[in-house]
Formats: sequence, C-alpha cells, structure tokens
Amino acid sequence: MALRTSAQLFRLQALRQGTRLLSTQNIPNVAQNGGKVAEFPGVKAPYVTEMKFLNETSYDPIPIYRVMDNNGGIVDSREEPNLDKETLLYMYKTMIQLSQMDKILYESQRQGRISFYMTNYGEEGIHVGCAAALTPKDMIFAQYREVGVLLYRGMTITELINQCYGNDEDPGRGRQMPVHYGSAQHNIVTISSPLATQMPQAVGAAYALKRRPDNDSCVICFFGEGAASEGDAHAAFNFAATLECPVILLCRNNGYAISTPTNEQYRGDGIAARGPAMGLQTIRVDGTDALAMYNAVSKARRMTIDTNKPVLIEAMSYRVGHHSTSDDSSAYRSLEEIHKWTKDDSPITKFKRYIEHKGLWDEETDKTWTKECRNLVVRTMQEAEKKKKPHWKEMLEDVYYDMPPRIQNQMKQMENHLKKYGEHYPLDQHKSE
Amino acid sequence: MANLVVKNTNLFTKLVKHINGCTKRLSSHFIYFPDNEKPVEGETSKMNMMQAINNAMDITLKTDPTAVVFGEDVGFGGVFRCALGLQEKYGKDRVFNTPLCEQGIAGFGIGLATAGATAIAEIQFADYIFPAFDQLVNEAAKARYRSGGQFACGALTVRAPSGAVGHGGLYHSQSPEGMFAHAAGLRVVVPRGPIAAKGLLLSCIREKDPCIFLEPKILYRSAAEDVPTGDYTLPLGKAQVLRTGDAATLVGWGTQVHVLLEVARMADEKLGVKCDVIDLQSILPWDEETVCNSVKKTGRCLVAHEAPLTAGFGAEIAATIQEECFLHLEAPVRRAAGWDAPFPHVFEPFYLPDKWRCYEALTELVNY
Repeated sequence: MALRTSAQLFRLQALRQGTRLLSTQNIPNVAQNGGKVAEFPGVKAPYVTEMKFLNETSYDPIPIYRVMDNNGGIVDSREEPNLDKETLLYMYKTMIQLSQMDKILYESQRQGRISFYMTNYGEEGIHVGCAAALTPKDMIFAQYREVGVLLYRGMTITELINQCYGNDEDPGRGRQMPVHYGSAQHNIVTISSPLATQMPQAVGAAYALKRRPDNDSCVICFFGEGAASEGDAHAAFNFAATLECPVILLCRNNGYAISTPTNEQYRGDGIAARGPAMGLQTIRVDGTDALAMYNAVSKARRMTIDTNKPVLIEAMSYRVGHHSTSDDSSAYRSLEEIHKWTKDDSPITKFKRYIEHKGLWDEETDKTWTKECRNLVVRTMQEAEKKKKPHWKEMLEDVYYDMPPRIQNQMKQMENHLKKYGEHYPLDQHKSE
Repeated sequence: MANLVVKNTNLFTKLVKHINGCTKRLSSHFIYFPDNEKPVEGETSKMNMMQAINNAMDITLKTDPTAVVFGEDVGFGGVFRCALGLQEKYGKDRVFNTPLCEQGIAGFGIGLATAGATAIAEIQFADYIFPAFDQLVNEAAKARYRSGGQFACGALTVRAPSGAVGHGGLYHSQSPEGMFAHAAGLRVVVPRGPIAAKGLLLSCIREKDPCIFLEPKILYRSAAEDVPTGDYTLPLGKAQVLRTGDAATLVGWGTQVHVLLEVARMADEKLGVKCDVIDLQSILPWDEETVCNSVKKTGRCLVAHEAPLTAGFGAEIAATIQEECFLHLEAPVRRAAGWDAPFPHVFEPFYLPDKWRCYEALTELVNY
C-alpha cells in the first residue's frame, strides 16, 4: 500500500515537472481529485479549482536559436559546426550563384524575356544551411522559394533556366510556369502552385520511407508562414505526429505573404508555437544564420530518422525582394524597412564575414566569383533562349500513363486544324516532328 | 391478462411489419440483377460487395508489400466493414486509422504513392470527399503532367461509398462522379456489384493513374454473387453491354444499372421491345466507342444517373452521342436523373430516377 502511494506521488511529481517544462510561465498546478490525474480519454491532466484561461501571452515566446552574430562572429564556440573548408565555400558560392541568377532572371522578366519569376533575396541562408545538412537520399518537397536548396543539391543553372523558358530541354516539358522546378534525379518533387498541398504529401512520403527496411533517409518539406494558414498545414502537422513520420517540416517565416503581414496571418507565437501543441519536436532558428540552420537541420534529421518523431523548424527571415515579378512591394511596406534587412541582417554578408575571419575568402575572390556566376547565368540564358520549345503534341501527353482514345482523337483534331490554320500559331517556336 | 399479452404481441408484430414495410419501400428502389458470367475460370465463393472489396484489398496487401490501407475508422474494419480483419492480418503499420481530415487523407496518399508505395485511401462517404477536392484535382490529377512524367501518384486509389441508400439525406447519398469527370488525369470508376467491384478495384490499385473508386453503398450487403476467389482484373475505360436489343440504348452505372435492367425487362413485357443496357463502369476516361456503336444500332438513347441533371455526366454522354451519332438518331437523347436539388431525406422516393421515371422516358423515346 505504502509502495503504491509513493509510486503515485512519484508519478504526480513527474507530471508537475512535465507541466512546468511545457509552460514557461506559471500554470496553476494544484492537483485535486485526491492527487489523481483525471481519467478523460482525451488528455492526461490534473484538475484545478482556479479558473484561468490561457492565451498567447501565457507562455514566453519560443526563442530564436543562433550561432553567428551580424558580423559573422561565433556567439558560443560550443555551437560552431565542424564544417570543412570545401563545404563552407560551397555554401557561400551557392548563395552568390543564387543571388546572381535571381538578379538576372528578375531583370529578364522585366524585359519580357520570361513570363514570370520569383527571387529568393534574404532567404539564401535558410537554403544552404538546410541543404548542407541533408543527404541526396532525403526527399525534398518545396513551396517555390527554395532554389538555393535545389542548386546545392546539384541542379544546374542550365536545368533551372531551361525550366523558366519552357524549352525542349525542360524536364517538365514547358507545362508549368517558371520557378516550378523538379528533378527526379535529385529527389526534388516537382513544385506546384497551390500552397501547402505539398505538406500532407511530404508526410505520406515520409511514411513510405519509414516502412522501407533499414531506412536512413527523411523527407524535408518547405513552406512559408502564409501557407501555414492553409488547412493542409494543419493536416500535415497532425498526420506527421499521429502516424510517426520521419519528416522535417520547415517553415520560412519571412514576415509577409504577398502583401499580408504576419499580424494579419496569425495571432499566436508564430508557427513554432503550434508545434508542441500538435506533438511535434519544435525549434525556432535565425534563418539569416546559415550555421544555425545547418545545426538545427542536422540534429532534426538524425532525430527524426532515429525516432520517427516529426520535427518543426521555424526559420525566421525577411523577404527582401518583391513577392514575385507581378508584385510591387513598396505598395505595402517602407523602403527603410527593406533597407534595414539588406544592410544588417543579410545572410550572405554574415556568412561572408564568417569565412573571411577564417581566412577562406577575400574581397578579390568575391569579385571574381560573382562575375563568374553572372556570366554563367547570362550565357545560359542566351543558350536557353535559342532552344525551341517542345513539340505541341506534348501538350496532350502525360495526362495519363497511356493516352486514352478521347485524347488521341483530340490530338488528331488539333493536327488537322494546324494543317489548315497553322500560320496563325507560333509553330516555328516549337519543335516539329 | 394473458389476453392482453397476446394483444400486445400482435400489436408489436404489426408495428414491426409496418416499419419493415416502410424500410423496404424506402431502401429498395431497384431489384438486384446478379452477374451470371464469370470473368475468370476457377473457384468461386458467395460474396456480397463489401466482402468482394475486402477480398481485393486482402489480395493487394498479400502480394504487394508496399501497399497500405488507411482512412477514418479503417483500423477496426471500417464503418461499412470493408477492411474487416485486415489490420489483424497485416499489422497496424499497413492498415491504420488517420486523423479525421479528408484533405490530409488524400494528400498523405499522394505522398505515399509519390515515394513508391501503393496507397489505398478511404473517404468514409463520397459526400465528404470535397475537402480533398483540391488535393485530388489540383495535385493527384496533374502530378504526372506537370512534372513531365518525372513524378506521378498512379499508385493511389481513393475508395468512397456513394449513392442513395434509402435514408441518407443530403450528406450520405451523393454521387459526385460528375465533379471529378472534369479533372483530366484522374480515373473515376463505379462498380455495379461484387464481381465487378473486385475486378475493377484491383485494376484501379494497379493502374498507373490515380483512381477514384465510388462504391454504391446500398449494394454493400444487398448484392451477392459467386465471386472468383482468385486474382483477376477488369479493364478500366471499358463499358459492358449487359443486355442487347434494337429499340433503344440504356446507359447507366452503379445501382442505376439494375434500375435500367428492370426497365429493359418492363419494356420487353409491356411494349414488346428489346433494349441494349450498358454499364459504363468507367466515368473517366469513358468508353465512347461502345456507347456510340450501340446508339448507331438502336437510334435512341436514355442515360440515367442518380446525381442531379444539370452538368451531370449524362450531359457529356448526350453531347457526344449528338455529335457522333447525329444521322442515326431517331429521337433526342433523353436523360433521367436526380432533380437539381440537394439530395433530400423524406422525399428520396420522389427524387431518384427510379424505374417508373426511366420507363416513362423510354416510352417517350420509343414513341417519338
């Protein structure tokens, strides 16, 4: 009897400890019901007699993990990742390559050479930090502003630009808008426009990986803080936790969803606060700090593969560029605000200072590399522009694995139509038989 | 006292009879015509449609180690018992419950299929498939096309009980096949009974395109046939001619096929004419050839479905017939369908395109 009581007391103590750990502020922990936890099947919790409603201020905000300061100095030396010279340089070079590609493709859209573009300014650190922590076996589900991850993974500038032009070398066969990249070879699932749809899909893919014998891979799924408002985000968090999937759900919180600021997107403590509420291992990271991103994703990857517990990472950043080429962000935010983030908190500048301190990089090398990146993009664009677009018949292929008779008939109809009216169509821009 | 007991018992019996009468009237607007032809040789076993579907999933789980079955309440066998016993047999990681969220179920299934697993998702009622509409129409249907064939989710099959059940009201009676028929890239399939259900479901599961498999729930228990116990498939995109004649072509799918078979029998008895009866089976892509060949022969066509008339799949069939068989038509194509109203509760007998409404339409066609 005494043994049982002490066991109960011990359990109660453990519970109190747990409750305190969960809340960073004081939730009354006066247990009643004879010291027993209530027996509702829905939760394990003690009774209280003090009536208290909880809200977003009942908890301290989740802190932001960082490794570097704004000058590229390491804040706590125990947290500095042990990355070799090649990796550090590849990370930096990828960021520069990405920003140069963004710059030139953005301009080319303004000149009407491609129909649409979205830049990655301000979020380059998130991309390379994540990508460096993953292996090629890890499956990527992206939203659309993660090109740095794709570049780091090995997609070439040529592949990316061919997609933007929709020419005959685009593996997507010119069917989707620019920046909707995908590569089976690199394990990057093709991007689609509907927001957050990739999230429950990533969870399903992770479940499939988990069931493979000796699995040593996970899925990473990127989404913005705006997309996190979609129902699919809720579905993904809940399915990932209840079905125990090896998935990293990575939110890029850049402050805006097109023109909508975060205080019109949510009223809680960002996206991260939703994680523990749904049973996810959660951390908030400085997304302008590529080293912090690297650490968080490395740890998350190991953890999620070993335990099949999903991880939520909220990477804080600022969307420095316009939402897309169809958006003028000065209509809803000030230039000073943008300027602050390009000056003090640029992930590229921060990382550059870090590798300069280490003696791996200097101003001269920086200029040469930037120029090289620029030239590569310009040259690739010129080549991409010259290439013909796919044959018009590819418009009707891949709808199904085998073409149904009705689509075959429609192809025949179009073929006959083009025989008569071909001169009214841009046939010369497309490949012929 | 003893007298009273007898009296009460009599009253009770009368009451039970009355209720049974009502239920019968409400839930059987059709006579079930079992399949007599076997698609394959070999051993058969008496199965209702629920058991035939269970059998198809059993075969899949046995032969395909990547296959998983999931949805709301699937773990204990499902609310219609289609997954009965599968969790015990194949384990909790292969047959499992999901949280109550249709968009999650569809998205999760797409992900599984993208990563190379065979995914059999259940939406508890077709009426609740609409939260998953975005995942199915924007994602599943377009995955292969938009990636240039690099990615696909052809290994996804979404099963959903659909159609009238006698008392299902607005949200346990719908037939949403027409909604999905507009989404190129999907396959939409509706079986008419146990033999068809097993063969078509196995085809859907193995087909390299994402499939929506709508199971007429009124047939789960009421339809029983000698179903081959072995592994067999029936072709997708193909209609089946169940009865032949020269007076008119009757086209339907699911439960409505049985209504049309009875109408054909009535026409034979009362009007002395014989009709072609076609079970379309696949709504998307559909078998235009079989339907048009029949109409070219008969010159008259009646399409019947439970879903509302306006923009129902009957409209697509009628328009195609008009285009392809214009010179053969002796009368305008007729459609007998649900009215353009939500599916009602107590008015169900007036709402459905039952044999009398179909028969009336057919007599008008024949006398045109």
